[in-house]
Amino acid sequence: MEDQILTLVTFFPVIGIILLMFVPRHQHDSIKSIALIIAFITFLLSVFMYSMFDPFANGMQFEISIPWITGFGIEYHLGIDGISLLLIMLTTILSVIAILSSWKAITTGVKGYYISMLLLETGMIGVFVSLDLFLFYVFWEAMLIPMYFIIGVWGGPRKIYAAIKFVLFTMFGSLLMLVALLYLFFMYHSFTGEYSFNLLKLYEMPIPLGAQTYMFLAFALAFAIKVPIWPFHTWLPDAHVEAPTAGSVILAGVLLKMGTYGFVRICLPLFPEATIQFVPLISILAIIGIIYGALVAMVQRDVKSLVAFSSVSHLGFVMLGMMALNVQGLEGSVIQMINHGISTGALFLIVGMIYERRHTRMIADFGGLSKSMPVFSTFFMIVTLSSIGLPLTNGFVGEFLILLGTFKANAVYAILGATGVILAACYMLWMLQRVIFGKITKPENEKLKDLSGRERLVLIPLVILIFWIGIYPKPFFERMEPAVRNILNIVEKARGAQADDSEGFKSFCEFDKSRHHCLKPENK
Amino acid sequence: MDIKSAAIYFNIIYPEIFLLAAGMLILILGNLIKSRGLMAYLALIGLVGSLILTIQQWEQPQSGFYGMVQIDNFSVFFNIIFIMAGIIALLMARNYLIARNIERFEFYPMILFSTAGMMVMASSADLIVIFLGLEIMSVPLYVMAGLARKSAGSNEAAIKYFMMGAFATAFLLYGIALIYGASGTTDLRRLMADLSYLQSQSGILLYSGAFLILIGFGFKVAAVPFHMWVPDVYQGAPTPVTAYFSVAPKAAGFAALLRIFIYGFSGIEELTTLFWILAVLTMSLGNILAIFQDNVKRMLAYSSIAHAGYIMVALTVGGEGAVSSALFYLLAYAFFNLGGFAVITLIDSRTGSNALIEEMKGLSARHPFLAAILALFMFALAGFPPTAGFFGKFYIFSEAVKNGYILLTIIAVMNSFVSVYYYLRVVVVSYFGKPEKEFSPVLYRPAVILVLLITTAGTLLLGFFPQYCLELSRMCMFPFI
Repeated sequence: MEDQILTLVTFFPVIGIILLMFVPRHQHDSIKSIALIIAFITFLLSVFMYSMFDPFANGMQFEISIPWITGFGIEYHLGIDGISLLLIMLTTILSVIAILSSWKAITTGVKGYYISMLLLETGMIGVFVSLDLFLFYVFWEAMLIPMYFIIGVWGGPRKIYAAIKFVLFTMFGSLLMLVALLYLFFMYHSFTGEYSFNLLKLYEMPIPLGAQTYMFLAFALAFAIKVPIWPFHTWLPDAHVEAPTAGSVILAGVLLKMGTYGFVRICLPLFPEATIQFVPLISILAIIGIIYGALVAMVQRDVKSLVAFSSVSHLGFVMLGMMALNVQGLEGSVIQMINHGISTGALFLIVGMIYERRHTRMIADFGGLSKSMPVFSTFFMIVTLSSIGLPLTNGFVGEFLILLGTFKANAVYAILGATGVILAACYMLWMLQRVIFGKITKPENEKLKDLSGRERLVLIPLVILIFWIGIYPKPFFERMEPAVRNILNIVEKARGAQADDSEGFKSFCEFDKSRHHCLKPENK
Repeated sequence: MDIKSAAIYFNIIYPEIFLLAAGMLILILGNLIKSRGLMAYLALIGLVGSLILTIQQWEQPQSGFYGMVQIDNFSVFFNIIFIMAGIIALLMARNYLIARNIERFEFYPMILFSTAGMMVMASSADLIVIFLGLEIMSVPLYVMAGLARKSAGSNEAAIKYFMMGAFATAFLLYGIALIYGASGTTDLRRLMADLSYLQSQSGILLYSGAFLILIGFGFKVAAVPFHMWVPDVYQGAPTPVTAYFSVAPKAAGFAALLRIFIYGFSGIEELTTLFWILAVLTMSLGNILAIFQDNVKRMLAYSSIAHAGYIMVALTVGGEGAVSSALFYLLAYAFFNLGGFAVITLIDSRTGSNALIEEMKGLSARHPFLAAILALFMFALAGFPPTAGFFGKFYIFSEAVKNGYILLTIIAVMNSFVSVYYYLRVVVVSYFGKPEKEFSPVLYRPAVILVLLITTAGTLLLGFFPQYCLELSRMCMFPFI
């Protein structure tokens, strides 16, 4: 069972798709129920996987490797470490939530919609479990198709434009990535005489700096478009705004993390010297993204648009922390990936809920909602505060670690990045105030129904996670620590320094008094 | 001249003979028996029988006709592609022809004769025999293009195709003549053996001959700048005929090109550069012009030009791996291109339809399965994983990178990117538009279902599990290399 768990988690949604194909198109309720049950079972499987995961083991777990296209040395090679584990959990829970949230929202083409959602789930999980670069690429590209349909069929007024823009932007990057992939493949062959796309084996290959630089750029471009890093972000506002609610949740919650995951899984460990070279560039772009995203978010009139730009800003933080190339920065970056998925996912859900009621997302159309929808406003406020990074919420943990790590690497970057925290508070709180506080300015807002049971059910898990990660993040950090250390070891070897922080800063675990739970830092 | 085999050995061309016999039988019977369905069945039997005979020739290289005909894995692979394309085209044609009231029993033997010609082209080691095969292939194609006698477009297509074909043949023949003048032989093996000597002795003649042959075949496979005939011919001909055009003669042309240039003229620097330029031009022009098309058939015409460009990348790279990749790509391309055309044929069966992209609006609402299958083929054409289109491109690109053609690969990859736009547009229209005209009920005859099944299965299987065909294509190296 242990061996098969990854295949099961990845492909279980496909079983759902096959089942759904046989359900007649008009039986909406059956379709929705089947989709939900399948997604929920997938989530349970992932929880099972979580429980079987050994937090202290080094290296990949649940690894499975079956030769697939032997002519090219391509294998069906899966495996996870702490980072992928957390991202998979995020994916499975957000998928359940997304499917649940679409219950009333999608009324036409229901079958196709849920099939697309399940297909998307398989694609996303597949990206996180693949250890074979060809397989990774297949999942990466294949996931574009269902997302394209979700945006383009069930989206807003400019859905077709947004969908095509999304596909073209992403494909542009990934096609260049393909060339770099092939180059890497043949380089490995000339080095070892073996044909392989096995990522773990590729880690061991020393790559000369010149080649590294080009390959890093090709991969980084593909990932940068996905994250998105400024200035490759222009597809994001369109895609997010036009996508249906659940689509935005998945897009912001998971798809964007595929870009950051790509950096962590491929760019950093495969091309460490090149990464070190490009740290200033990416950090600066990240900072620009943080500030630009925040400033533009501030002037948005559409709530969804505001949240979309806030994503650009938040992911700038993720990249900034990653580029610090130290334990705190990287751990902060990874946890912030999860946090952003939760917070921004929840924000999109909330926007969706209000849209379902009023069919508008303009901030000006709201005001004083706390009077008519107190429960809604409470949730809204909690999620907003989490997005800002208030202590006790998940956002604080991530941002704090990121800024800590960044400060250690480069104080100026940290200071500039920290302004993003202030700006986030600005635009978020201002939006919150205009939407839920104050007097009810529009009469339509007086009689709005508060959250239904289903809607609360959709938000509650996210709120629980917000506080769980905010107050007791240890289990999450525990599990990602070996993975983070491994990656940083590779980077540090390239830098010629020690992985263990020699300047007195300890990893998160060492702050924790009950140290016997945590992995002792290794001395390399 | 070296006589490798002093005898004729008719048995090596049993597949072709079978096809020709079946074709002639149908030609005779068709005048006596009214039932055109029976003729179609007979043609199908002819093709299937020939397929069986061909498969038996796998891994049994033989030559005959004084060494002019060479059966090896390479030719068997291509023959299988031709016959399968013929079968699929036949199956999808019948409904369409009946619906448009242009069914003639002569159509069926034409496919058989044309296929036989293609098989001769792929199985020859001699320039004259290649030319022979080319002619046998082409003439039935002219007839097929003009099948819709009352349609001006179809007549135009037939005439244009014929004129272009004649023109191309002239180039080809002159080139062959020059090569003969330079080397005293038309046998490819002799050419390969004596190449360096010939290059020094009669270089100009040899190069001019090769150049002219390239032009001649360039017309046939629609390489830029010899592609001008394609959009008009493809648009005017009846849709299943266009489907056939876009796959089988193109594959045959490439079979001949691969034989002549990789086998016969291997390793000439200038030729590689020439192919490089042709590949880039063909891909780029094909993709860019496809963006501006309103008519689905025209768009697919330009798209087939672009795909020819990708195969020319393999031609540029040269060498064993690249040839295998070209073979694999042609097989995969046959599946998803014919599949795409099959769906278009189904939708297009209404009389008077112009096959405009706009007319496919809202297809998914009326025919969801059909729209889904069409989307699959569009994705395969664009090269999305996990379809056969992706792996085909992957294989070709990997060969290119392996041999150091990085810039070419980047250009090819960018072209793939551009192509996504116009393929997606078809999907967009079929899924996101509201249907304007009512779609006529799609007749799901068994033949049609079989075609869709075969093409979908091929596209998906070659995408998910390409290993088997990969190995097959790797076994297709010429025995004398």
